[in-house]
Amino acid sequence: MTERTNQEWLAALRGPERDDALADLRAFLVRGLRYALASWPNVDEAALEDFAQDALLKILKGLDSFRGESRFTTWAQKIAVHVAFTELRRLRWRDVSLNGLKESRDIDFVPNTMVDPSAGPEKQAMQRQVLSTLRRLIETELTDKQRQALVAARLHGMPIEEIARRMGSNRNALYKLLYDARQRLKKHLLAEGLSLQDVLAAFES
Amino acid sequence: MGFKLIWNTLKQRMRMVFPAQPEKNLEPDMLYDMFYSILTTRPDEIGCDECFEQLDRFIEITLAGKNAAEAMPLVQDHLDRCADCREEFEALLAALRAVA
Repeated sequence: MTERTNQEWLAALRGPERDDALADLRAFLVRGLRYALASWPNVDEAALEDFAQDALLKILKGLDSFRGESRFTTWAQKIAVHVAFTELRRLRWRDVSLNGLKESRDIDFVPNTMVDPSAGPEKQAMQRQVLSTLRRLIETELTDKQRQALVAARLHGMPIEEIARRMGSNRNALYKLLYDARQRLKKHLLAEGLSLQDVLAAFES
Repeated sequence: MGFKLIWNTLKQRMRMVFPAQPEKNLEPDMLYDMFYSILTTRPDEIGCDECFEQLDRFIEITLAGKNAAEAMPLVQDHLDRCADCREEFEALLAALRAVA
């Protein structure tokens, strides 16, 4: 592949003879994606090509937003990885509905079994208190959406992009939703006298 | 941060004591991760969009063998918290290292 500076990339992709640059970039993205997606099953050459093609469209559309803070190829590969992961996650989770997941009160979300049987009675009591406090706060201090997102993300490992998709929202907003949930829980835990040190002390031997 | 080390040691110990019941409750790891992430919530956290914006700069610092966490601590903090962004970061790193 021809080595190009950032300026040369931008000029080539905006110019009348951009086919060469596009071909080079496509090949570069496919090579990188092959490594980036190595841990995903069922990703064949055709899929890599599709992802690269989708990425190229995004890259061309977003050329004006490239700020030159890194190499053009780094920026482009970042977009390609993002495009690929978004689609792969969508496919992997497409049969899982949000409402089909159990609600936290119907399962032992914060398990009682987490109390250490080998710890002394005082320690066990502390542990029980910590766990029941968190359980109670999750049930009473979060909005339904926050709780649902928390359980989906933490227990079921649903990507936040997929939670967002099902809630008619976006990834950034979901991060914020979970952030708000964390803030609330933190505030209440601290108000009930449970700092990080306290929780650690309860579970350390 | 000292706490991280202690949390990880604690998680490892608990992993040996408690059986996991997938989808019925949180495994010890997950519970401790949740406690940790709740109690270390900070007011200056950045979201996924901002992390993504800065990721190419962050990753080039990493590729240059320098301390990106020190140079861009909020990006590092987000990557520590956000599994989705962290996964993409690691994949991108693998890709760029391979084609370098």
